[in-house]
Amino acid sequence: MSDSSFFGSGALERRTFLRVVGASAATASLVLAGCSDPAPEPTPTVQNQLLLGESDTGLLNYFYLLKQLEVAFYQKIVDTPPSNLVAGDKAAFDDLRDHGLAHRETLRFALGASTYETRLERPLAFDFSSIVLTSRVGVLTAAQQLEDLSVAAYAGALPLLVAPTTVALLAKIASVEARHAAFVRDLRTPGTFAGNDVVVNAGALQSVSLAKTPVQVVEEAKAFFLPFVVVTQSLPSA
Amino acid sequence: MNILNLLSDIEKVDPEVFDRLDSRRRVFQHLSGLGGKLAAAAVPLALGAVLNKAYAGATATQASVLEVLNYALLLEHLEANFYNLGMVNTSITGGLSANNVKALNTIRADENNHVIFLRGVISAAPFSSTPVNPAVSDFDYTGAQGGARAALFPDVLSNAATFLAVAQALEDTGVRAYKGSATDLMANKTVLEAALNIHSVEARHAARLRTMRRGGALTDRASLVAAVPGSASTSPKSWVTGRDANGPAPGKTDAVYGPGTPATGTAATIFFPAEDNLTQASANIATLLNSAAIAGLTSPNATLAASEAFDEPLDMATVKAIARNFVRTGTPTFALLS
Repeated sequence: MSDSSFFGSGALERRTFLRVVGASAATASLVLAGCSDPAPEPTPTVQNQLLLGESDTGLLNYFYLLKQLEVAFYQKIVDTPPSNLVAGDKAAFDDLRDHGLAHRETLRFALGASTYETRLERPLAFDFSSIVLTSRVGVLTAAQQLEDLSVAAYAGALPLLVAPTTVALLAKIASVEARHAAFVRDLRTPGTFAGNDVVVNAGALQSVSLAKTPVQVVEEAKAFFLPFVVVTQSLPSA
Repeated sequence: MNILNLLSDIEKVDPEVFDRLDSRRRVFQHLSGLGGKLAAAAVPLALGAVLNKAYAGATATQASVLEVLNYALLLEHLEANFYNLGMVNTSITGGLSANNVKALNTIRADENNHVIFLRGVISAAPFSSTPVNPAVSDFDYTGAQGGARAALFPDVLSNAATFLAVAQALEDTGVRAYKGSATDLMANKTVLEAALNIHSVEARHAARLRTMRRGGALTDRASLVAAVPGSASTSPKSWVTGRDANGPAPGKTDAVYGPGTPATGTAATIFFPAEDNLTQASANIATLLNSAAIAGLTSPNATLAASEAFDEPLDMATVKAIARNFVRTGTPTFALLS
């Protein structure tokens, strides 16, 4: 179709337009209506590339993937706890695993048929060879790394979402991740719940936590996804 | 595809389209950046996202970003001032272990920095506004509202346990307040990200205070003390379980863990259920977990997890009502919170 025909008559009232464009499904077709070129060929899939998708769905898949990683990690500790865990640790790791499961299943439900896994032949097996799972300090160090990363991931990616209800849903998880992070940090080193490495301690942003973009988060966590490489280019970046 | 023609056509029916897209220059920077980064096939979807963002605010009946900022600033003043008064009092610090004093001073510094940060944001462009500035004397942490009624926490500034209990209620309220306003800030992504960052720091504080209360004010390694099941008021987990038996002071702190307004809604609306809510995205998460039949996850634990794994938001009016408990009646601050 030509570029002018959609709006050409001038009959479309501003009020109508606002109503139409307010619906995201309509937006996609409206924008596609502006295309005069045939759709280009999709980018060929490279082996072991993990594609998350675009827009809000892509971001939900990003959080789903991070949550799967976290649950797989806690499940390993629950299944085979390090022998030097102290009293109370086991109950704490049970809680962290259970919360992760609640988050994971919620995200899976929210994604429905749009999970990135539909493009995989078999479920992802995470690679934990980069961390020590056999000592208390090892699992607490890794738990702290994952929880702090999660806190930064939520703060960095929530502003990239379009649907307010998705922002509201993920914000409910974001603060629980921060509670986890603070708790795990205190278990490892008492008093570091809001340490200088995660909460800025100088300048205009003093006492404000550090957000990380999906690109930064995936870069930090990439060893866990091997042999898969998570592709972040399709995710929103602004 | 001719994006320029498309935007120009949109402008014919909506002259404000470029304002909605921040600025003409920024749109084209955004789109040209996308073109470089994305396969051509992705551009229509990306442009759809741009338009969605631009028009999300057009239908929203939400408080302005500046209103939220001043509201957040009032709450930060409430918190900062609380720690400023308590942590210089030897009857408080004397009742706390060394690690706990250090933790509370960290929290105190964070809250004071949040005040400075928010004042800076409000003063600077694009708001260029004068931030609210509540007087220290406007606050009354005993909950007597300056003598208007009997005190709720008469020894709050002289008893470490009471001090920690009120601190927990304030921080848990802060978490719910920032969360409840997050969607009102979507029109300004810089402010939204900053608010989410502060939100997570508040949650870290809340978790630490809960750990301290669980372990006892004088216990230095409080994190090693497990919560006593069924005693959420006196021995809370670091996260909120159910309604936490109505909080650290049942009968006084119930609203901190209770529902906001509106308390119910659909998956397509924003609403403010109590902390014992089990439904997310219109699914009962406990049921979801049980039907997934996950090895090692018992049904009672699935119900606990479905509640604990989600902090619920609170609306501005409900948070203001909670905050008024600690403000003298008849003061400018009380009026701002009414």
